[in-house]
Amino acid sequence: MYDIGKYQEATTVEEALRYLHDDPGSRIIAGGTDILINVREGKDMGVHLVGIQRINPLRKIIVNREGTLSIGPLVTFTELEENELINKYVSYLGQAGGTMGGPQLRNIATIGGNICNGATSADSASMLFCLNARLHLRTKESERTIPIQDFYLGPGKVDLKSGEMLTEILIDRIDYQGFAGKYTKFSQRKALDIATIGCSLMLKIRKNIIEDLRLAYGVAAPTPVRCCNAEQYAVGKMVTLEVAKTIGMKALEDVSPRDSWRGSKAYREQLIQELAQRAVMELLDQGGKKDA
Amino acid sequence: MLRKITMTINGEKRTLEVDDRESLLEVLRERFSLFSVKQGCSVGECGACAVLIDGLSINSCIYLAVWADGREIRTVEGFEQDGKLSVMQQAFVDEGAVQCGFCIPGFLISATELMEKKRSFSREEVRRALSGHLCRCTGYQKIVEATEKGLK
Ligand SMILES: Cc1cc2nc3c(=O)[nH]c(=O)nc-3n(C[C@H](O)[C@H](O)[C@H](O)COP(=O)(O)OP(=O)(O)OC[C@H]3O[C@@H](n4cnc5c(N)ncnc54)[C@H](O)[C@@H]3O)c2cc1C
Ligand code: FES
Ligand code: FES
Repeated sequence: MYDIGKYQEATTVEEALRYLHDDPGSRIIAGGTDILINVREGKDMGVHLVGIQRINPLRKIIVNREGTLSIGPLVTFTELEENELINKYVSYLGQAGGTMGGPQLRNIATIGGNICNGATSADSASMLFCLNARLHLRTKESERTIPIQDFYLGPGKVDLKSGEMLTEILIDRIDYQGFAGKYTKFSQRKALDIATIGCSLMLKIRKNIIEDLRLAYGVAAPTPVRCCNAEQYAVGKMVTLEVAKTIGMKALEDVSPRDSWRGSKAYREQLIQELAQRAVMELLDQGGKKDA
Repeated sequence: MLRKITMTINGEKRTLEVDDRESLLEVLRERFSLFSVKQGCSVGECGACAVLIDGLSINSCIYLAVWADGREIRTVEGFEQDGKLSVMQQAFVDEGAVQCGFCIPGFLISATELMEKKRSFSREEVRRALSGHLCRCTGYQKIVEATEKGLK
C-alpha cells in the first residue's frame, strides 16, 4: 500500500483546479511514475494527490490554423512517438521521448509529468528548450503562458504556483518549420537508464550555410540549458567538421556539468563537445532540412 | 478511502472495493490470486509485474488500483484458451526461453502486446519492445527468439 494521505480524482480541468485550490498542499498525479516512486522511497509520505489521468481533453495533440502545435500534458511518450502530427512536424521530439525509460513506462508516463518533475535529465525537456516551447498554466482563478526556460528554476524545482496545473505545451510554427533535429541520449544502458548527458540539436541549413541552429543539453547544468554562445557562433557558417567541432567547444561556455557517480565533470564536458559535433555532422548528412 | 470500482479481468467483469492507496499489483495478487503477476522491484524497473491494461503493457506495481476502474485487465492466466497455450506461450516453451521463470509472465505480456499489433517487427524492434524487462537467468537471446517465433 502506498502512503498516500488523500486521493481525489478529477474528470475535468475545472474539477482538478478546484481540488487543488481547496487543498493547497495537494499535488497532481498524472502517470505517477515519478511521484509513486518518491512515496515508495519514503519521500512525500502522506501526500495529498489529485489524479488527472481521466481528463481526456488533456490527451490531445492538435495544430491550429497558424501552425502552432498544442500538446496536452497527459500525452504519454508512446502516444508522442506514434502521433501523426508529431511525426510530421517535430519527429525529433517523438524520438527524444522514445528514449525515456522502457516501453511499459512510456505507455503511462506523461510529457507533462516529465516537465513538471523538474529533473535536468528529463528526456523531453532539452528538445522542448530548443523548440522554444511555451507552457500554459492555470489555477482556479488565473492563467498564464511562459517560456519553458523560465519554468525551470533549479534541480527538481519548477515555477509551479500553489494550485497551478500545466494544461498545454505550445510550439509555434517558426520554431519547427524547416528544421531537422536529433536527440542523443548518452547512457550506460539503452533502456531504463537516466542520461549521463542528453543533447538536443535543431538545425536549419540552406545551401550548406547554417541559417539557424539550436542546441540544448540535459544533465549539463542544474536545469536543462540552451547554448546561446554556440548558437550565435554557428549562424551564417558553412558546415564543415571544423565548424561542428567549434560548436561543440562553444557549448562548453554555457554549461556547468558536475561530478556524479554516473560520470565525472571532465567526462561530461567531453560528451558535451562530442555529441554536438556528431549531431551536426549527422544532420548535415541527412540534408539538414526536413519539409514541414 | 475505499472506492468501488469495476474492471474486466481476463474477460470477467469484477466489481469490488479498493483502497485508493493500493496498487493494481496488490489487488490482482491478493484478491484475485493472479500470481503470474510478480512483485520484483516495486519501483517500475524490472517489468515482472506487467499486465495488459486496455491492450498496453504497464507495470502494475506503480499503477493505482483505482485507475483500473472501467478498464480491461489481462494477465497471463487469461492467455490459455480451451486448455491450449497461446501462440506466444507455446513459442516460449518450444524455444526453451524459460529458466527460473520469474520474469517470464512479464515478458509474455509485452510480447503479446506486440503480437496484437499484427505487423512484422525487426529484431531491433523486438529487443526494444522487451527492453523494459529484466531477466537474471537466460541472457535474453532465447526470449528474443521465442518472441520472434510467436510473432510469425
Ligand atoms: C524505472 C523508471 C525509469 C525512468 N526513466 C526515465 C528516463 O529515462 N528519462 C526520463 O526523463 N524520466 C525517466 N523516469 C521518470 C519519469 O518516468 C518521467 O519523468 C515521467 O515523464 C513522469 O511523468 P508522470 O506522468 O508519470 O508523472 P507523475 O509522477 O504523475 O508527476 C511528476 C511530477 O509532475 C507533477 N505533474 C504531473 N502532471 C502535471 C500537470 N499537468 N501540471 C502540473 N504538475 C504536474 C506532479 O505533481 C509531480 O510532481 C523514470 C521513472 C522510472 C520509475
Ligand atoms: S515489480 Fe513492478 S516493475 Fe518491478
Ligand atoms: S528466467 Fe529467471 S529471471 Fe528470467
